[in-house]
Amino acid sequence: MIAPEQPLLAVEGLSRYYGARVGCRDVSFELYPGEVLAVVGESGSGKSTLLSLLSAQLEPSAGSVSYRMRDGVMRNVTELNEAERRLLMRTDWGFIRQDPAEGLRMGVSAGANVGERLMGVGARHYGAIRGEALSWLDRVEIDADRIDDLPRTFSGGMRQRLQFARNLVTHPRLIFMDEPTGGLDVSVQARLLDLLRGLVFDLDLSVVIVTHDLAVARIISHRIMVMRHGQVIETGLTDQVLDDPSEPYTQLLVSSVLQV
Amino acid sequence: MSQATGYNFAYLDEQTKRMIRRAILKAIAIPGYQTPFASREMPMPYGWGTGGVQVTAAILGPDDVLKVIDQGSDDTTNAVSIRKFFEKTAGVATTTRTAEATIIQTRHRIPETSLGAHQVLVYQVPIPEPLRFLEPRETETRKMHALAEYGLMHVKLYEDIARHGHIATTYAYPVKVAGRYLMDPSPTPKFDNPKMHRSPALQLFGAGREKRIYAVPPYTEVVSLDFDDHPFEINRFDRPCALCGAGDVYLDEVILDDGGRRMFVCSDTDYCEARRAEGHRGEMSGQAPAIGAAP
Repeated sequence: MIAPEQPLLAVEGLSRYYGARVGCRDVSFELYPGEVLAVVGESGSGKSTLLSLLSAQLEPSAGSVSYRMRDGVMRNVTELNEAERRLLMRTDWGFIRQDPAEGLRMGVSAGANVGERLMGVGARHYGAIRGEALSWLDRVEIDADRIDDLPRTFSGGMRQRLQFARNLVTHPRLIFMDEPTGGLDVSVQARLLDLLRGLVFDLDLSVVIVTHDLAVARIISHRIMVMRHGQVIETGLTDQVLDDPSEPYTQLLVSSVLQV
Repeated sequence: MSQATGYNFAYLDEQTKRMIRRAILKAIAIPGYQTPFASREMPMPYGWGTGGVQVTAAILGPDDVLKVIDQGSDDTTNAVSIRKFFEKTAGVATTTRTAEATIIQTRHRIPETSLGAHQVLVYQVPIPEPLRFLEPRETETRKMHALAEYGLMHVKLYEDIARHGHIATTYAYPVKVAGRYLMDPSPTPKFDNPKMHRSPALQLFGAGREKRIYAVPPYTEVVSLDFDDHPFEINRFDRPCALCGAGDVYLDEVILDDGGRRMFVCSDTDYCEARRAEGHRGEMSGQAPAIGAAP
């Protein structure tokens, strides 16, 4: 293994309260380049709150999220101004949502969906934008002749793959994923995960993936974080945690998975 | 013409006019920025030019000469009724001649005759937000303007080319004003976009229902958006005006009968009349049947 570099993302004492209720409490971790971290737990355990905090869509009540910008400087993302934050969100970061309809523009063609980020950072050559869109559609296994079709004519799996292409076109280094395989049938899920694993490896992406599906975590992640009641109760290498869970709750979670 | 009694000059009360003038001044100070204002109810329905009428009422003085056009024409219902409205409530002189007017209120056209520094062009605007059909949330479009995030507008143009092979937006063609704000030039044909660029006349835009005023000050850069490999082009016509023979103007198609006969004439009626008075003739001039004649 290559010697670990400096972390890409460093999280310290991150907490968020909704009034008296706890969204998530005192979460700390570091994410290194090329690393995939899965956040698992049942619904209501604070996974989505954590993801919103990490991607600066939500203000933390306490703690900090630091990100290493492309110039190598570590910046606290909550202290970035809105323009910087939005620029980060559409260049160096990606966000894959569970429902592709939220992450895509359903009213414009697949090509325009992929090209939007390029145009957002100043690309003004139609031919070049279209060429880039075609190459990305090919990478996510969408036929080139679908480039001018609306995403609403796409199947669920295709929409999700289009969402990958749309996010990856600016070569981001960090991708957040919120249940990317939720609502897809098992064979489509398997194909999507396969594709995803290939892309993560090829592009050396760092990923924080939120899922309640332990199988997804097993296939795709290097490390895993188990959350309950807004707190991280167990963390470690994925195989280690899933094969030999130490916390009673994690044991329960692992044993709840149906075996076929 | 004398003024009707019982009304303040130009219908609106002085406080309202001051409020609108403040909004206009702010709009001129920030070219292309949509300034909110407390739009009043006017004695006409929304969509008939309530925004333009309020702007005109706020800047109108007793010595002004007013011209009102609707799609380039001085004699359509909207133009006639707004002209009469100000004749009645302000008693100002009105004209149909572009060169004689000091204020021109327009719906969807810019006159063919070049405007001068002494003139003000007031546009009636239905939807001031150029990003509206792409992004329905007002909070989001405001943020996009604030941060100058205009990539989305190019997504629209991209869609045009992907579907039609060229930029098929022919009216309300988005422009960038003074290198900063994205602006909807109101539903004027894109033929008129180049006329906005560095125009010596002040251009004011009023949207009554949406309660916004914006402006392009004299001699301001107005650039139509495009792609490097699909540059902005104005509409071209393959024939001159059938009445006056003008070749470099915007034409209206007029259906003549139910047998498919048609003619193309200047949309700017004043320009067409002036040219005919100078002796220019098109291929169909002098052929109009007398009123009441059998077809």
